Amino acid sequence: MAKRIDVSGLTAYYGAHRAIEDISMTVEPRSVTAFIGPSGCGKSTFLRTLNRMHEVTPGGRVEGKVLLDDEDLYGTGVDPVAVRRTIGMVFQRPNPFPTMSIFDNVAAGLRLNGSYKKSELNDVVEKSLKGANLWNEVKDRLNKPGSGLSGGQQQRLCIARAIAVEPQVLLMDEPCSALDPISTLAIEDLIGELKERFTIVIVTHNMQQAARVSDRTAFFNLSAVGQPGRLIEIDDTERIFSNPSVQATEDYISGRFG
Amino acid sequence: MSTAPLTDKRPSTLRGASLPKWSPWAIAAGSVALAVGIGLAAALDSKVQWGLIAALLFVFGTYGIAARVEGRRQAKDRVATSLVWVCFIVAVVPLASLIWETVKRGVKAFDLYFLSHSMGVVADNEPGGGIYHALLGTLEQVGIATLISVPIGVLTAIYLVEYGRGKLARAVTFFVDVMTGVPSIVAGLFILSFWILILDMGYSGFAGALALSILMMPVVVRSTEEMLKLVPNELREASLALGVPKWRTIIKVVLPTSIGGITTGVMLAVARITGETAPVLLLVWGTNFINNNPFSGPQASLPLYIYRQYSAGTEVAYDRAWAAALALIAFVMILNLAARGIARWKAPKTGR
Repeated sequence: MAKRIDVSGLTAYYGAHRAIEDISMTVEPRSVTAFIGPSGCGKSTFLRTLNRMHEVTPGGRVEGKVLLDDEDLYGTGVDPVAVRRTIGMVFQRPNPFPTMSIFDNVAAGLRLNGSYKKSELNDVVEKSLKGANLWNEVKDRLNKPGSGLSGGQQQRLCIARAIAVEPQVLLMDEPCSALDPISTLAIEDLIGELKERFTIVIVTHNMQQAARVSDRTAFFNLSAVGQPGRLIEIDDTERIFSNPSVQATEDYISGRFG
Repeated sequence: MSTAPLTDKRPSTLRGASLPKWSPWAIAAGSVALAVGIGLAAALDSKVQWGLIAALLFVFGTYGIAARVEGRRQAKDRVATSLVWVCFIVAVVPLASLIWETVKRGVKAFDLYFLSHSMGVVADNEPGGGIYHALLGTLEQVGIATLISVPIGVLTAIYLVEYGRGKLARAVTFFVDVMTGVPSIVAGLFILSFWILILDMGYSGFAGALALSILMMPVVVRSTEEMLKLVPNELREASLALGVPKWRTIIKVVLPTSIGGITTGVMLAVARITGETAPVLLLVWGTNFINNNPFSGPQASLPLYIYRQYSAGTEVAYDRAWAAALALIAFVMILNLAARGIARWKAPKTGR
């Protein structure tokens, strides 16, 4: 199921603006990797390059390599649609499809891809909702619109939608920043369960969250406003938060800047 | 640090004298009465003048009374409110009187017989006859124009919003804007010279529909474009991140989310072309007989029917013209109601 990601020499642009520069790292399978760093340092941009969502933005382009178990995502002939089916994504703000019911939202990935058997659909939806710890709350109203749920439930619905297509990797772009502490806890517990099956990468502004959920942590920074963001270091989360090898990381984590 | 006493003995500055709730109505009634008095005394013929005097008295009276009782700031506030009301009434009065007049004069000849018979063997000065042939023509011409312009218009809007970048998109936007401003008679003349004079196709409902679709297309493009822009980008990204191809994202996520607004826009565009007379006059030619086939031979249409009956100049023809006008307004109104119904039905649901 889970695959490892090897990034080497990755630089991403918005038009002529270089957003991130020369990033190399390895994301281990069946683990949670957290990206931390000040706003504007390119964490989200880097995350979006991992499933080729960066190029959806007008002017977005990428140089460098992203290997998913030895297969280059940016190689010639690679279909970005196939990449996104393999590497799912959860966004900062919950974004269920407003025209669809809870059931249809979860089934959307399969239905819109056109590759499913009718008989399987019910099972997949139930399994995904259970996987997102949402089943018990919504099983009696699967035909109600997804936008009627609370923010935390909507975000778990989006996670269910993302895991319903059985991706190898799950990218999460600040999935808890719009949620209250209770919902955040629910999502963090969920991340702990999901890492048994998926490779998870999470961007967060909350350093406690990074310390709680992640196995490895990457610290991003930019030298000045307008300069491209860079990877400062990546290491085991415990080391990053106790004894980082770079001074800037310690300054950021201890709140001396940022 | 001064510690101001909490129990200040000064009179409260938060309260002031205020006019009672009914005062705007009283001032309005007073100014109307005064205007009628002035009108009678000065023997003004035009009721419009009476209305203007009443409106002016209302606005200035409000200011004077409010300034005296409540103060200048509140008076300005009340003047703004009363100006909005006066403008509202000025806008609504002609509309209401138009509908009232059409209904009053139109019901005389308006019945089932009128809707189900043509003018085939009825002379201008004879009673009887109906609008069946015109209704049929309008339905066919507007239907064909809609069939032509909605797919092209919606696809153009999708191109502009979802794909269009650079010069081509700017050029398309520019020409759509230019087309919005094309007068209907010009659209009619264009089809006349191209379809009828150069290609020698003859007068037909279809020729009229072509001209109508020229008028309809930019309206459809514009309204659809605005509706598609309202769809949050997050929904597109959510769908793309699920591994859904872009074209499928547009069909399954973007269009369903905005379908209510698009339908409303299309219906408004239909309503706009239903009343067009000039291109129909040039291209469809008009007839008193029923012509089912929009592709050959002259047809009738409601606006053209109204024009012809009015030109006939007899009492019964006037009645028929008013009844046809009533039918036209009812047709457009039904379309608008249908559009609202569809928009409400298809709107993204928020209920629990």
